[in-house]
Amino acid sequence: MDNQRDLLSLMLKIRKAEEKIVEVYARDQKMRTPTHLSIGQEAVAAALAVALLPGDQVFTGHRCHAAYLAKNGDYEGFFAELCGRASGVSAGRAGSAHLTDPSVGIYSSPILGATIPVAVGAALSFEMDQKKDIAVAVFGDATVEEGVFAESVNFAVTKKLPVLFVCENNLYSTHSPLSVRQPPSPIFERVRMNEFPTEQVDGNDVLKVYEAFRTAIKYIRYCRMPFFVECLTYRVREHVGPLHDYDRGYRTKEEVDQWLGKCPIARLSKTLFDEKIMTHTEIDKEEEKWAQMADDAYTKALQSPWPDALSMTEHVY
Amino acid sequence: MNRQLTYAQSIAEALVQGMEQDPNVFVFGLGVDDYKGIFGTTRAAFEKFGKARVFDAPASEGALTGVAIGAALNGKRPVLVHARNDFMFLALDQLINNAAKWKYTYNGKSTVPFVTRGIIGKGWGQGPTHSQSIQSIFAHFPGLVVAMPSNAYDIKGIILQSLKVDCPVVILEHRSLYDIKAEVPQNPYTVDFGKANVVREGSDVTIVASSLMVFESLKAADVVARDGIQVEVIDPVTIQPLDEKTILRSVAKTGRLICADTSWLRCGFSAEVAAVVAENIPQALKAPVKRIGFPECPSPVSKALEDVFFPSYRDIVSAIYAVAGKEPGVDIPNLQVVDSFKGPY
Ligand SMILES: Cc1ncc(C[n+]2csc(CCOP(=O)(O)OP(=O)(O)O)c2C)c(N)n1
Ligand SMILES: [Mg+2]
Repeated sequence: MDNQRDLLSLMLKIRKAEEKIVEVYARDQKMRTPTHLSIGQEAVAAALAVALLPGDQVFTGHRCHAAYLAKNGDYEGFFAELCGRASGVSAGRAGSAHLTDPSVGIYSSPILGATIPVAVGAALSFEMDQKKDIAVAVFGDATVEEGVFAESVNFAVTKKLPVLFVCENNLYSTHSPLSVRQPPSPIFERVRMNEFPTEQVDGNDVLKVYEAFRTAIKYIRYCRMPFFVECLTYRVREHVGPLHDYDRGYRTKEEVDQWLGKCPIARLSKTLFDEKIMTHTEIDKEEEKWAQMADDAYTKALQSPWPDALSMTEHVY
Repeated sequence: MNRQLTYAQSIAEALVQGMEQDPNVFVFGLGVDDYKGIFGTTRAAFEKFGKARVFDAPASEGALTGVAIGAALNGKRPVLVHARNDFMFLALDQLINNAAKWKYTYNGKSTVPFVTRGIIGKGWGQGPTHSQSIQSIFAHFPGLVVAMPSNAYDIKGIILQSLKVDCPVVILEHRSLYDIKAEVPQNPYTVDFGKANVVREGSDVTIVASSLMVFESLKAADVVARDGIQVEVIDPVTIQPLDEKTILRSVAKTGRLICADTSWLRCGFSAEVAAVVAENIPQALKAPVKRIGFPECPSPVSKALEDVFFPSYRDIVSAIYAVAGKEPGVDIPNLQVVDSFKGPY
């Protein structure tokens, strides 16, 4: 497959940005915005971005860093947004949980389920205009519990709309395990009752996720029907904030360690090395490149001006 | 000194005592039983009564509200908790179309007494969807009691009162009040709905303030007292029912009214208070009414914008001088800002 380097690069773009956040969030207190990290979950966003075309649109929720960065979201705009600066992608109004850049087709809002029907509406407009673009809704396992998920799925299948539903099942809603919120059957099997294709994939194996998305997207683009992919993955850090939280009682260090062993970046790096596609030096270089860019973008953000208070009431209507 | 509790500790105690008094009371909502226990407010109840009466729930705010209604009409006393009141927009259909009009529509034959707690966020860039304050929506529709207690004493009494009455109650708790202490008696007690507190007496200007703005108003009153202006601060405790009498009595005395709310002005609680005065005692007003609330835009994330978006005692001080027709004789001091979010989140 020719896209393996791109997948690694995008995952590193996300990881290095978030490791920068981990480094500076508590220390500097310059990112005053509740921050939901995707460390450990990068494969989904990276695979999605590589499988999509630039005109496709992605809609997501509170844990939006990965999708934003993968869908060609700008590093400098990202760091400046988290630091609340005028050069942020939304001039500091939106923060970490609303990362949105229409120029690259990424939209986010953190009320659970809020953007799922919006993705369906985007798909409706693509159909009306006879475009080949598709819309993607990315959401967590808890978000399927909101009524609006069922309503959106029903609308999409009834109207035969080109929507890819992507559920990042990381087993938890904040600190609540799946078992206290849903019946034991897999989510993708329950969604299948809606009469469109659904499948489940190892969300920490980026090559498998990529294949699943490629197949789904081909189907959606040409059959003009929805498709649902459940990606099994795991959030390594706390729900919101930069810290580890395996000592808080709701999950064990063993569980976290087990998933750390399935790190999507380490797995792809090993494959690329074993198959002699990239050398260790090349992989390290790619990692250093993003780390340096994250560093520069953060430094630049802190030197950027604050939004002007007078601008606050612009763009309300 | 008598026993002091924080606002959060007082909520925790009220829930435990309410559950002791009535075996039908149960607490549910997203994360109520986790280690953080809704900023410490539900943890004690969980530890005492276990998961049969304090339990987690799926992310389904609309359904949860309907579930509370169904349980309530069969004699249960649900307390449904939302970590942000913004999530209650997903519960509005059940709250407004069902709960608020249940008793009335069925001619009093069936009642649905349950409590919804929603927390108002502010600061640390919680932004457009996590730092709204949505009281006016609930107060607009007859049938819901809407309480916004401003201190640790009132919140306990309001919760215990809510667990006794015959109607649905919405309690909005400002997160910035959570760490503020007040004297709270150990024994259970109730605080009446529709009875305002005159938290500071004064003869020159009346401030009617909701929730956190009571706190800010008291600071402002201190500042202007150095300049000889005597401010009366009224805390309505519940905005529905509203204690119009206490408000009118005060404005009749001072002739000057400032309404300070934790939300936007348009069609809001501050507009309501101004209307009550304008309808009843327009002749008492010696100056135009001033309102304090959010600017006309959603709540932005950036610290630079938050600092101007959220009104504080400084805005109230300016409003006091304006209605009093005085030039400030003292500089507005930098008082410690009430911001329980010290970060990182
Ligand atoms: C309507 C609504 N209810 C509650 C919340 C608070 N909340 C934010 S994230 C979250 C957990 C969501 O879990 P999931 O969808 O599985 O995504 P994850 O955080 O695991 O990525 C909750 C409950 C919210 N943002 N919106
Ligand atoms: Mg989850």
